[in-house]
Amino acid sequence: MNTTALNRRRFLQVSSSTAASLSLGFVWPNAAMAADQTEVNAWIEIHSDESIVIRYARTEMGQGSRTSAPMLIAEELEADWQKVRVVDVPAHENLSRKRAYGDMASVGSRTIRMSQDYLRKAGAAARIMLIEAAAQRWSVPVGECKAVLGHVLHNPSHKKLSYGQLAAEAAKLTPPKDIPLKDPKTWTLAGKPLPRVDITDIVTGKIRFGVDVQLPGMLHAAIAHSPVFGGTAKSVDSSKVDNRRGIVKVINLGEFVAVVADNWWRAKEALRDVAIDWDNGKNGGVNSAGLMQYYRDGLTQTEVATSRNDGDTLAALQAASKVIEADYYTPYLAHATMEPMVCTALLIDDKLDIWASTQNPESTLTSAAATAEVPQENVRVFAMQMGGGLGRKGTQDFTRQAVALAMRLPGKPVKLMWSREEDMQHDLYRPASLVRMRAALDTSGKPQALHVRVSAPSIFSQLLRMPLQNGIDNQAVACFPDHPYAIPNTLVDFAMRSTHVPVGFWRTVGHSQNPFVRECFLDELAHAGGQEPLAYRLSLLPNNEKANRDRSMLMAVAKAADWDKPLPAGVHRGIASVDGYGSWTACVCEVSVSARGEVKIHRVVIGIDPGYAVNPDNIQAQLQGSVVHGLSAIFWGELTVKDGRLEQSNFHDYRMMRMNEMPKVETVIAPTGGFWGGVGEPAQAPLAPALVNALFAATGKRIRSLPLKNHGLSLVKA
Amino acid sequence: MKLNVNGQNHTLDVEPEMPLLWALRDELDIKGPKYGCGIAQCGSCTVLLNGEPVRSCSYPVSSADGQQVISIEGLADKGKLHAVQQAWIDHQVPQCGYCQGGQILAAVALLKKKPQPSDQDIDAAMTNICRCGTYARMRTAIHAAARQAGGQS
Repeated sequence: MNTTALNRRRFLQVSSSTAASLSLGFVWPNAAMAADQTEVNAWIEIHSDESIVIRYARTEMGQGSRTSAPMLIAEELEADWQKVRVVDVPAHENLSRKRAYGDMASVGSRTIRMSQDYLRKAGAAARIMLIEAAAQRWSVPVGECKAVLGHVLHNPSHKKLSYGQLAAEAAKLTPPKDIPLKDPKTWTLAGKPLPRVDITDIVTGKIRFGVDVQLPGMLHAAIAHSPVFGGTAKSVDSSKVDNRRGIVKVINLGEFVAVVADNWWRAKEALRDVAIDWDNGKNGGVNSAGLMQYYRDGLTQTEVATSRNDGDTLAALQAASKVIEADYYTPYLAHATMEPMVCTALLIDDKLDIWASTQNPESTLTSAAATAEVPQENVRVFAMQMGGGLGRKGTQDFTRQAVALAMRLPGKPVKLMWSREEDMQHDLYRPASLVRMRAALDTSGKPQALHVRVSAPSIFSQLLRMPLQNGIDNQAVACFPDHPYAIPNTLVDFAMRSTHVPVGFWRTVGHSQNPFVRECFLDELAHAGGQEPLAYRLSLLPNNEKANRDRSMLMAVAKAADWDKPLPAGVHRGIASVDGYGSWTACVCEVSVSARGEVKIHRVVIGIDPGYAVNPDNIQAQLQGSVVHGLSAIFWGELTVKDGRLEQSNFHDYRMMRMNEMPKVETVIAPTGGFWGGVGEPAQAPLAPALVNALFAATGKRIRSLPLKNHGLSLVKA
Repeated sequence: MKLNVNGQNHTLDVEPEMPLLWALRDELDIKGPKYGCGIAQCGSCTVLLNGEPVRSCSYPVSSADGQQVISIEGLADKGKLHAVQQAWIDHQVPQCGYCQGGQILAAVALLKKKPQPSDQDIDAAMTNICRCGTYARMRTAIHAAARQAGGQS
C-alpha cells in the first residue's frame, strides 16, 4: 500500500480541519487569543458574543465530571450556564503552563473532591475581577456592584454591563489574593440536576472516542501478547501473511507481536496466521488451584504486616467463650471496558503526537516521551472520550506499545487497538483476595475482639512498584482498619501474595470486595447473637463524626427502603453500609430465591452522602451504574487461570448483566455538607453485602465467596 | 460492492468476508458503529440494515451488498433528532456513550415493530451490553419515545 509520510506542519493543518477534528478536544487555541475573546484566567475564556468557555482538565469516561466540574466554576463566576461551552485541556497545555490545571487524572473518584477548591476559586476570582472592572468603568465603589447571570449590576444607578463587555478590562487587573467562596447553601446552579454537556454529541454519534481517531495515511495495529503472563516471543514466522492485502509490517517486540495494516480487521486476521513461538517463562504451570493454595497459606502465615492493632486481639480471642470465624473469598475480575485499550501515535523526527483513551493524560505524556526518548515538551497528548475506563485506562502499557510501533513506522500515524480477547486476557485484574475473619462475642452478642487477616496481592507493590509503608497496601485492607464499629480489640494484618497474574485498579478497588467481607461477617455476628441486623449495626456505632455519618446514611436508606415494614411472603432483605472515597454509602436489597436457585431482586435502595451533591442527576446515574457494574461481578464475575494463562476471553464466557436482568433501583442522595466525597466508585461497595445478607435471610445459607453462579444461583427478573 | 450508508452511495473494493463493521469504520470512516467483542455478543456495532438491527462485527460486508445501512450518524433526519435520540437526551441516558449508538438503533428498530412496547418487549429486543449500567434509563427513554410517537399519530 502507499502511505505518504506526513510532515508535522502539514499534519497540523490536516488535523485541525474537519477531516480529523473531534467534537471535543481539538478546539484548543494554539496561537494568541483572537480579538473577540479574552482569557480571564487559565480556566475561563469570555467572548464578546457573551459565550463563555470553561476549561475541563480531567478526562471523561462516563463519570460526568466534564459537566459537574465546570458547574462549580460557573456557580462562582455567576455565569449564564446556557452560554457556557466546555473545552478539554490537553496534557501538553498543562505541561507548558507549568501545571496550571493541576492533576489531570480521573481516578479514585477524585475530580470533584480534589479540585473543587481551585475550580471554585477560579470562578470566584474571575467574578471579582469582572466586578472590579465594572466599578472602575463606572467610578463607583466595588461594594455597590454585584454579578448576576453574566452581568455586573450597579443597583443604585441601574447600570448594567455584560461579561463580554468587561472581560478585556477585567483580565488586565491583578487577580485577587483573598477569594471568599459561596456557602453551598446559596448555590443556584451547582446542586441542580443539570443535563450533561456531552450527551447530544453522544446520541448523534458525533463524539470521538479513542478508537475513532482517523488521520491521513493512518495505519492500524493488532497485537498479541504472550498467552502466559510475562512470556516473550522467541521467534515469529510471518511468511503466510507478508504478501497479504493491506499488510504493512509484522513486528516482534518480544513482549508482544504486532501486525500493522491499512485496516484493523486485516491486521487482526493476519495476526492469527502469524506463527509465534512463545517462551512462557517460568509460569506456564500455574493454575487457579495452586493460586488458591498460596492464598490459603497466607491465612496462617506468621510473618505479616500489621495495619491496625488496638488492644490485645489475639489474647481476647483466646480467652473468649464464643468465637465466630469465617473465610471469605473474592475472585480476580477483568475491567472489560466496552472500548478496549487504544492509542494512536505519530512520530515525526523527535516530535510525538498521541491520541489516547486515557484516564491519566499526564502519565500518557511522560510514558510516551520516555518510550520514544524525546523531550516531554515535544509530545502532544489529546485525551479522547473513553468508552469506559473503570480504572484500567490509567495504566499506560498500551500507550508505550503504540509509541514503540510508531517508532518503527516514523512519519505514519499508527492506531493500536487491542482485540477483546487481548483486552480480557492481558488486563490488570482486580486482585483475588482471601480474608479470614475472627470475632470474640461477649454474652450480649457484641464483638469484643476482631481479627482480620487479608491474604491478597498488592496493587501498589506489584503494578506501581511502590514501597509499602509498614508493608501495608491500603487497598488490599480497605475498610478494615478504619471500620467504624466500637470493638475494643481490633487487629488487621496482611499477608501479601505475589503471583504472576497482573493486578490493577478496578472500579471501587479494595472497596469492591472488602465491604462484602466486613458487612457480611457483621451480619453473621448479628445472627449469632440473635439480633436484628440494622439494630445490631446501630448499636455498634459509637458517637463520633465518622460513625454518625454511617448512622445517618444507614437510617436514611432503611427509611427509604421501608425497613420497618413487613415484606410480602417469600421476600427477604439485607442491609450494609460502608464509607469510601470520602463518601458514606448504604444499601438495602430485597430478594426472593426459588427452589431452583433463581434470585429475584425485587428492589435495591442505594444511598450516598457525598458531602455536597454538585449534579444530583449525574450522581443518581453513578449509583444506578454502580449497581449494574456490581451485579455483573456478584453473579458471574470470575476469572480462572490454567497453564499460566487466563481461561476466559470474551463476553460469552465472562458474562455481563443485560437489560432483562436489571432490577428496580431507588437512589437516596443525602448530602450532609462539611466534606467533599466522590461518587463514581463508592456506591458499589455496600451492594454485595446487602445482597448476600438478603440471600442469607431468604435461604439461611451463608455465602462466603463470589460469584453467586458458583453457589447454584442465577439472576432472573423480578 | 456497493453500500448505501446514511443515504449516501459508496463503492467498495474489499474482501467479501470483511465484516460490515470494518468496511464502515476503516474503509468509509463511519465511526458510529463500535467494536466491542467481534463475536456478536455485545451489540456496540449495531447498525440498521434495511431497517433491521444487525451486529455488524459478525456480518460479512458482501451480505450487505447493494443494501441500505443506517448508522447512528444517519439517524437524525436533516438535523431533526429521532424521537429515540431526543428521549435519550431528555432522560440523560448515556454515561460513557460507547454502546449508545447501538442501543439507540436497537430501540429504533423495536419501536418500528412495536410502537408501544411492553417491558417484556424491551427486555427481548434490547440485548446489547452496557458496562456503565444505563439500562433503567434506557427503559424509561424507550417508553417516553413510544408515548411521544403515539401522541403524534
